[in-house]
Amino acid sequence: MDDLLAEFLTETNEFLETVDNDLVKLESDPTDKETLNNIFRLVHTIKGTCGFLGLPRLQFVAHAGETLLGKFRDGALVATSDTVQLVLESIDRIKEILADLEQTGSEPEGDDSALIGALERAAEGETVVASAPVPAPAPVKPPEPVVAAATSDDPTWDADLGRHLKPGEVSLAALEAAFMAAEFEDPLAEPAPVDATMTAGVEAPFEERRANPIARAAVIDDDGDGGAKGGRVADQTIRVNVDVLETLRTMVSELVLTRNQLLQMVRNSTDSEFKAPLQRLSAVTSELQDSVMKTRMQPIGTAWKKLPRIVRDAARDLGKKIDLVMDGEATELDRQVLELIKDPLTHMIRNSCDHGLEVPAARAASGKNETGIIRLNAYHEGGHIVIEVSDDGAGLNTARIRDKAIRNGLVSEEQAWQMSDQQVHRFIFAAGLSTAQQVTSLSGRGVGMDVVRTNIELIGGTIDVQSHEGRGSTFYIKIPLTLAIVSALVVGTADQRFAIPQLSVVELVGAGGTSEHRVETINNARVLRLRDRLLPLIDMAEILTGEPKDRSGAGEAANSEFVVVMQHADKLFGVVVDAVFDTEEIVVKPLSSAVAHVKTFSGATILGDGSVIMIVDPASVAKAAGVSEQRVDEPEAIDAAAVAKRKAAEEKTSMVLFKAGGEEPRAVPLSLVTRLEDLDAATFERADGRVMVQYRGSLMPIVPVDPYQAIRDQGDQPILVFSHMGLSAGLAVDAIIDIVEEKLDIEMSADRPGVLGVAVLKGVATEIIDVGHHLTQALGDWDDPGLEEPARHIVLVERNPFFRNLLSPLLRAAGYEVEAVDTVSAALLCAEYRKPTAVLADIDVDVESARKLLVDSRLAGAPVVALSGSRDAQAGDFAGLVRKSDRSSLLSTIDYISRARSAA
Amino acid sequence: MSAAALKAPQTSVLASADTREFVTLHIADQLFGVQVGDIHDVFALQQLTPVPGAGAEIAGILNLRGRIVTAIDARARLGLPKRPNGYAGMMAVGVERDGEAFGILVDAVGDVLRLEDSRFEPNPVNLDAMWQTVSKGIYRLDGSLLITLDIARILTPRNASAAPAEPVDH
Repeated sequence: MDDLLAEFLTETNEFLETVDNDLVKLESDPTDKETLNNIFRLVHTIKGTCGFLGLPRLQFVAHAGETLLGKFRDGALVATSDTVQLVLESIDRIKEILADLEQTGSEPEGDDSALIGALERAAEGETVVASAPVPAPAPVKPPEPVVAAATSDDPTWDADLGRHLKPGEVSLAALEAAFMAAEFEDPLAEPAPVDATMTAGVEAPFEERRANPIARAAVIDDDGDGGAKGGRVADQTIRVNVDVLETLRTMVSELVLTRNQLLQMVRNSTDSEFKAPLQRLSAVTSELQDSVMKTRMQPIGTAWKKLPRIVRDAARDLGKKIDLVMDGEATELDRQVLELIKDPLTHMIRNSCDHGLEVPAARAASGKNETGIIRLNAYHEGGHIVIEVSDDGAGLNTARIRDKAIRNGLVSEEQAWQMSDQQVHRFIFAAGLSTAQQVTSLSGRGVGMDVVRTNIELIGGTIDVQSHEGRGSTFYIKIPLTLAIVSALVVGTADQRFAIPQLSVVELVGAGGTSEHRVETINNARVLRLRDRLLPLIDMAEILTGEPKDRSGAGEAANSEFVVVMQHADKLFGVVVDAVFDTEEIVVKPLSSAVAHVKTFSGATILGDGSVIMIVDPASVAKAAGVSEQRVDEPEAIDAAAVAKRKAAEEKTSMVLFKAGGEEPRAVPLSLVTRLEDLDAATFERADGRVMVQYRGSLMPIVPVDPYQAIRDQGDQPILVFSHMGLSAGLAVDAIIDIVEEKLDIEMSADRPGVLGVAVLKGVATEIIDVGHHLTQALGDWDDPGLEEPARHIVLVERNPFFRNLLSPLLRAAGYEVEAVDTVSAALLCAEYRKPTAVLADIDVDVESARKLLVDSRLAGAPVVALSGSRDAQAGDFAGLVRKSDRSSLLSTIDYISRARSAA
Repeated sequence: MSAAALKAPQTSVLASADTREFVTLHIADQLFGVQVGDIHDVFALQQLTPVPGAGAEIAGILNLRGRIVTAIDARARLGLPKRPNGYAGMMAVGVERDGEAFGILVDAVGDVLRLEDSRFEPNPVNLDAMWQTVSKGIYRLDGSLLITLDIARILTPRNASAAPAEPVDH
């Protein structure tokens, strides 16, 4: 492609963006002479250049558009929505031709006579009807079929109907043509039908960018469209090739490094004649660096240029009234970042138009102005730029998102109900969750916000949402100013330094030694107690080598440890490092292909002293720490609502604290323990591979808590005695420490059998033992309820896994057969197979669904006992009400109710 | 330049067109040669930052005049034993591929030799299979043999090349 043509393409593309926006402005105010003049001048320039370069198709389309604009300018015609639409269509056609021209270097074949005809007729003052907006706007409609061609001279005349079309009506032929274009690749169709452009423009680049954002940005650089500037400052700018700027930047970086080296040398000599000139050199270099960095900066407004047109088209297509308000266009950020957020922003704006804002009728009904407002705002905050996209629409539908998240398996039902509304809203950023009830051409295909999130996270940004039902939603995008320079924390481990991007560092904690924070170990997993939360820890050295560090010998000898508390995708975790050096502004250099497979690092950088260090990738560290991305319960920033909700659901539980097979404390709920005994180990008998003791006239098996823990054979052995259908089993422990009453909040669930999880009890991380597991081990062979009486079958509906695990062994021990499920629907499913004697249902989380149990025929009238942790709960229609912690009344109530039922 | 081209019958051994210039490299006890045009520069290894998890052949990365260069351990690449005193004092041959800079770490860099094509021989059939892939052929020198290294192959990680990697006895 020759230079002249390349220049023309760049320039024209810029002009067209301006024209797009000006036309939208003109539409709202047809009398705005200045805007009109501006549009006319630009279209005229395009036409003129096309003629000069020998591009007839472009020239004719531009000419027809210019003629119509001329009539507006002369006052012969007033710009209406339909005529403006026609001009916009001609602009679109020009864009299409330009796109082809850019690819092939020559004008594509095509027929514009219909469009030109429409423009000319409009210029002559005929009432025009812009072609139907949905589903395919006219500029890219395939040529009319031959039969229709005879009548297609007048787009408003419909041969099938035998009358002129009403405004907004679509001719049958046009519809058919649109369908044909949609169903298969019509060879007659225009090179880029609108659906394809839209899909390609919105989704395909996302895919590409996901794969390689940098490469994509480089491609865009080559287009040379970067130099776009606002119209008013045009005279004061010159166009510089991006490559030149890049070279300049590299050179300056090197200059800075050399200066640093010089400074180092001079600093070491006490009295040097170089000192003064070097100081000057240093200052000049710093200034030069700043200036060069500025050349990369562009106002964010350049990324917004296309948006007014997009909003206008969307409003027209959707039959909505939308105003776009933009603030902070002058906020500058790195052009590379700018390119990368263009598409996510476009997508979000479309989203807001499509399902953020309601249709005018609905807005009027809820007392709002018919015209919805989408507000874009950008501002600096620290080293970041915050972009807000807000609408005053209906807000996110919390119930539907929660429902969808549960159904798509993103979260368990129980977790979902414990979440605050905002936490639920964040699910819109999860993959495969589209709440749009119908898929429109604009959005709702379920690949929306998660792609946006992925793209924003790729450039080290974050996205969040705040929504109020009925009042609209606001999205907050926080992105770094530039990708080239990031602030990083330099840490040391295993005699090597690494950089951790500051963006993902939440805080630094000194652990060990005299520090108030202590690293504790649970079965080789290290945790840090930080403000009453347990923080999973991973050793930096483990991440680097990929092998668990052997801590058996050294123990916690290393007392000069630092924990870097990092956050990734709402999850907090700690990374243990040996030393913390400094924070530095580092220039990120991509990794060479030879080491790109090492996922631990996202790049490398050269420090001021000339040494190279690796930049740690927070995402891979999060992965190494076993923090999965999909779980959305952030430990630190729990919203007040969630706290309140959780408080309502929990209560204090009495726990027996003991030690067994190790120093770390373990615990079981006291309500499950029948007795605490100290038995003489000498009386223990070993038979059948088990340890037993004659206890109260029968044989009681004794099992250790830890399989590796030895049961004593002399002295006193503390035993926790559990009962099961008149049979007892003993759990051997090393020492019983205490009985505490505390709120039980199991923080981490263990995957070892016999352990429910870990909780903070008395300020210490404590393993909670699964009694059911040990009981089965001890009593496995005795467990034959058939001996006594026909087993009474109980279905336990409890969302909280802790209470489920706590109550089912209790009920089993009392001689019931228990089916413990987490949802009402699962309970009903159980009942289909076997009629329960009684149902125990939790009413704290969702009393409404619990009520369903009362009326469902599948339960065949089995009594439903309400289960609550709250003192104020009312039995209501339920057959009875028991408190979760009240073991004896629970059993007696169930016993009474189930007996009453078998008697009946 | 393929081995076949080098092997093509030559009429005059003395004509300068039939000679090639090689930089000689010492890796372990073996003499290697790289065509002068294939390399950018030669530098002494100063500071090296290891890349944990990158594999034995990647010695690390280093800063060469503001550019980050990936250092390839030629000994590891060729399956030769490690140097007892680590990477200290090694020389590096700077090469470029696809716009990325690499440094091949060798024990020493020798002279530039102009070698006649007539001294060239293809790889002997009993040469270790992995060496076959990185060697373009052998030059018979007085008193020693020079193995011509294929830079592109050296930069391709060993597990990616077709030849099985076997330990070599020397």
